[in-house]
Formats: sequence, C-alpha cells, structure tokens
Amino acid sequence: MMKYIDEYRDKKLISGLADLIARSVRQKYIFMEVCGGHTNAIHRFGISALIPDCIRLISGPGCPVCVTGKSFIDKAVAILKLENIIIATFGDLIRVPGSASSLEKERSSGSDIRIVLSALEALEIAKLNPEKKIVFPGIGFETTAPGTAVVIKLAEKDHIGNFFLLNAHKVMPPAMEAIIRDGTNIDGFICPGHVAAITGSSIFNFIPEKYNLGCCVTGFEPADLMQSILMLVRQKNNNSPKVEIQYNRAVTETGNLLAQKNLSEVFEPCDDCWRGFGVIPDSGMKLQKKYEKFDADKVFSPVISYTEDDGSCICGEILRGIKSPADCPLFATVCVPENPTGACMVSNEGTCNTWFRYKING
Amino acid sequence: MDEIITLNQGSGGRQTLKLIDGVFRKYFGMPEPLTDSAIIKDAGGTITFTTDSYVVDPIFFPGGNIGRLAICGTVNDLAVSGAVPKYISAAFIIEEGLPLKDLIAIVESMAGEAEKAGVRIVTGDTKVVEKGKCDKLFITTSGTGILDPSREHISRGEKIKQGDKIIINGPVGNHALAVLGARNKLSFTTPVVSDCASLNGLTGRIMEESKGILFMRDLTRGGLAAVLNELAGMIRMGIRIDEASVPVDEPVRGICEMLGFDPLYLANEGKLIVVTESSEAQKVLDIMRSVTSGKKAAIIGEVILDKKNLVTLDTSVGGKRILDMPSGTQLPRIC
Repeated sequence: MMKYIDEYRDKKLISGLADLIARSVRQKYIFMEVCGGHTNAIHRFGISALIPDCIRLISGPGCPVCVTGKSFIDKAVAILKLENIIIATFGDLIRVPGSASSLEKERSSGSDIRIVLSALEALEIAKLNPEKKIVFPGIGFETTAPGTAVVIKLAEKDHIGNFFLLNAHKVMPPAMEAIIRDGTNIDGFICPGHVAAITGSSIFNFIPEKYNLGCCVTGFEPADLMQSILMLVRQKNNNSPKVEIQYNRAVTETGNLLAQKNLSEVFEPCDDCWRGFGVIPDSGMKLQKKYEKFDADKVFSPVISYTEDDGSCICGEILRGIKSPADCPLFATVCVPENPTGACMVSNEGTCNTWFRYKING
Repeated sequence: MDEIITLNQGSGGRQTLKLIDGVFRKYFGMPEPLTDSAIIKDAGGTITFTTDSYVVDPIFFPGGNIGRLAICGTVNDLAVSGAVPKYISAAFIIEEGLPLKDLIAIVESMAGEAEKAGVRIVTGDTKVVEKGKCDKLFITTSGTGILDPSREHISRGEKIKQGDKIIINGPVGNHALAVLGARNKLSFTTPVVSDCASLNGLTGRIMEESKGILFMRDLTRGGLAAVLNELAGMIRMGIRIDEASVPVDEPVRGICEMLGFDPLYLANEGKLIVVTESSEAQKVLDIMRSVTSGKKAAIIGEVILDKKNLVTLDTSVGGKRILDMPSGTQLPRIC
C-alpha cells in the first residue's frame, strides 16, 4: 500500500464518482486542463472511458517544454558552439527540435550535455568543473521556478562564477486569460494543483470573477480528476462559477509563502513569448538586475537567425485548445515521438505525445 | 546521408527496429520474423544460435555484474526460443586501467552462473583498448542450444490464437532501477536489486510438463510493453492486458511514481512472458510458481482479435488505454 497514492486509485471510489458524474450531467461540457501532469494522468489512467461522452476534456498550454519556442533551443545550440560549455538540462528538453538542430543531435556530435533532475544538480556540476561554464536551461511554471530561484541565490552566496541560467520560466494565469480572450469554447478549468500549491488558489480568482468560468484546483491521481470533473459539472449546472480546491491535501488559498518570497527576490515579471500564442504580457519571469551575471542570454549573447515555425504543424492551435492532435495531418505520420515536428510530441506531458502513447484509436 | 546514430537507436524501441530493418536486415538479408535466436537446421539436428553485447554502466550493480548479465542474457535468448542452452562464447573488450581484481570477480561470476545454468563457456577472445576508447569493459557472448523440432513454433508464436493467455514470471522494472540506483544518479538510495537470472530451468520445466506453450520471450530493453507490441505485430492479433495483475514490487512502484517512469517500459534481466492455451494457463502458472524465478508469476492478459494489432491496457482504476511501443531513449546502457 502506497500512502497518498493507492487511496486515490481505489477502483470502487472511482466507479462511485463515475456514477455520480453520469447522474449529474445535463448538457455538453468542455473542460480544459492546463497542466501537462493532468494531461498525462488523464490518458495514462484512461479517464475518458470513465466519464460520459457529453464531457469533453481538452488540453491547454500546460507542458513547459511545449510552450517553449524554437528560438530557445536555437539559443542553447548557439551557446554550445562556444568554448568549454556544459549544458545541464532536464531530460525532456533534449529532443525538442530547434530550427536546425536539437540538444540530442548536438550531444551525438560530441557536445557535453548532461541530464539533471534539478537545478541544484546543475549547480553541483558547476562546482565540480570550475574550468567549464555550466548552462542550465530553466523551463517550467511557478512549480519549477522556485527551485531555480533558490539555486541562483546559492550560486550568489557561494560565489559560483561558472553557473548560468538560460531562462524561459513562465507563469500560468496570463496564458489562461489569453485562451479565454481567444474565444476558445470552454466551460471550466481543471486548474494545476502544483502551481497552486506554490502560488495559492487565489491566482485563479479572476477567472470566475471576470469571465464567469468555473475553476477547480486539482490533484494528479485518478480520484482527484474524477472528483474535480464532478465539481465542475455541478458548478456549471448551478451556474455558480468559483474557484474550488479539490486538491486540499496540498493547496491553500495563499500557497507556499517561502517559495513565493524566493521567486519575488530573484525574478521579476516580463512579457514572454509562448509557442502558439506569441507574446503574452507579464507571462514570463526574468532575473532581477542584481542577478544578471547569471543570465546566459546576457553573458553569452547567443546569435540566432530567428525562423517562424513552419505552417505545417498545428501545435499552436493544439496548445490553445482549438484543435486536437487528430486534426493535424502530421500527427502519427510524419510527427512521431522519435522524430517530433512540434514540441507537443516531445515531452511525456505534451498533448500529441500523450495521445500517441495512450489513446485508443488515436 | 548526413544522419548520425543517436542513443535512441539503441533503446530497444521503435528506432532500434528501424535501424535493424534499414541497415542490418537490408544488407544481411535475415528472414522474417526476427526472433531472439536463429534456428538452424542441419544434418545433425536443429540448433539455435544467438549473440548479444553488454555495455551496462556501471559494471557492478546490486544483484549482478556485466559478466553475469552476459551469461543470463544469452542463456535466456536460447531458452525462450524453446531450446536447451549448451555452449557459450565470451569476447572481452577491456579499457586499459581496469583493475585485475574487477575482471577476476566478473569472470568468476560468469563461471558460476554458467555452471548453475548448465552451459559451458567454450571459446573466447580478449582485446585491450586505450583509455577512453571503451568504458571499462564491454562483453559479447554468443550461444548455441539444441532445439527439439516439436518446439520450433515457440519463438515465432505461429500457433497463437484468440483467447490464449499471457503469463509473466514475476515483478517488472527491478533491473533498470537497480542499475540506475548504482549510477548514483538518484539522490536517494534504493533497496531495489536486479532480477538478473538464467531462466532455462523454468522454461525447461514448463515445456516438459505442458504441451500448450505457444510462445516465450524475455523482457529486456523496452520492457514488457516492447515485447507485447512486437508479439502483437508478429502474430497480427491484439493483446489485452489487465494493469492491476502485472506484478510490480512496491519500491519499484514508488520510484517510478517519483521519477515518472512506467514500470511496464523498464528493462528486466530475469523476466519472460509465456503464452499458453487458455486451458493450460492455470497448470503452467502453478509450475512457474514452484520455481524460484517464477514465484510471483501471474496471468496478466490474453490474445484478442484486433485489426490494428494494438496492445490495450485495462487500467487499474477501470479506464482503458493503449500500451504503445516504447520510443526514444529510456535509459541508455542498461544491459
């Protein structure tokens, strides 16, 4: 028995929730999850087989790898061409295609690229290799950014001069707002539980207040997802959109204040470019001036020839919830996990990758 | 052609198959279907022949070492094709600087495993290369076995039909995580030990006592998922697996949850699946459970009709999904 896991995978509990959902539905519902962890869990556990056909679950821009533009990979590749560089990266990133290469291809050609499980591990590599320059590509939302913030502070404190952050950290609420304004047809959000564990659930308050849409901050086990779907169905039925916390074993309204403090001490908001969306105001985090010496962009000034994403791949529309992988002519034909055209096919949390691996008749 | 070989092509998944198809099979002209061992008929009888290279990093890990792995792997490739493994060759590529005591420890355990499995190591080769030209030690083993002609169908699965049962001999994922743990890549220590073991004792018993053995395959790189997909493609049927019945040890489940691995895709070195006629399944299961390497055996699914030859999984919570062929690098140099 694994605590905090098995009780949320209890078949009886889940079929009970499935019955409740089936008895509650009155119309068609479209709910969007905006966390790659949810996308993966929904498909991994086969949740769509447990809910009525009138509920459609669609995926939003919740996979950090997927929303990271080609130019980010191009920058990393350009930095690799300089002397004495080690890139220490989360494994997900190495297969993401840039415009001409990927970190994986560069590694096969002899570049020093190491897979790490945390920013802290990258900092350790920097300490062990003082003659090298270690670049950590920082991707992810409010969940991974506090870890990066702590490592930047540690690097400052320990005077580590050979550790650099290639930064693409982002925040979630502005992207959710962009989706609503885009006119994507949805009835509620399955909100990211781990983002909210850091920020508090209150960051989503603007969604029911301003846009009259329901929100449920949700955990990552099948019973969490089923309960959250039920809560969103009831919100819609009662026309009472609000922010509810389903994932109350991890999330409060105010969140993790220490993590928030670290974030606000190291980063400041900036406009940022999202794959499929373009620039979204205040959706990024940049290093504050006092930490600029760790900013790989500023230190190495990588030169890239910016290329627009080619028109053949519909990753952008998939990330905005307008289309599904089945609508893409490249899906599972040209674009496959081992040779991805777009980033959505790369990460385990990417919509196309998840569909490819798990979806019956996908 | 400016393509280069990447680690993905060695991971035992889709890209490995593509490489074998596009290069080796193209030029060597190997017949369909590709099985773990070649079956060669000669005047004197039918023999099976197989070969494998071992590059595991590190060379010692909980539950085994590169040498023991090499013997088990080759014995198992022969055993799952229905043969009685007999003779093995072992070739060593050694990086200068390897401590002699390490080499002796490895060779000693190879001899021990060979004795246990009832095979003889009869020929070999040694090369030493400059520092940095290989990593400590690479081993290639080849092996031959004798195949009773009545068991020729086993490696090809040609007698499999709808309703036949799929049995596994125990929990999956231990080898991959034991090696990963030994690489000091995890920031915690794990109690997981490799399942590295010779399976010819088990395969011999079930083939002697049941005439209903229709297929066997060991679950190495790419894990259970890769083998099931290869099987489905080979026999042009579907396979339905009940996720809850696939044995996974608790520490393996825990580590997989934490790191985002799926145990069904992880490498094993002492696991196999057996396909049997439905009426024989319980009997075969009982025999397997009476053998050390099959104590935790379980029936995990069945062969179904499916035009797309999909492997589908009834998830432990009552949902449904496909269990696809692994793709991309899982964990390099796991065997």
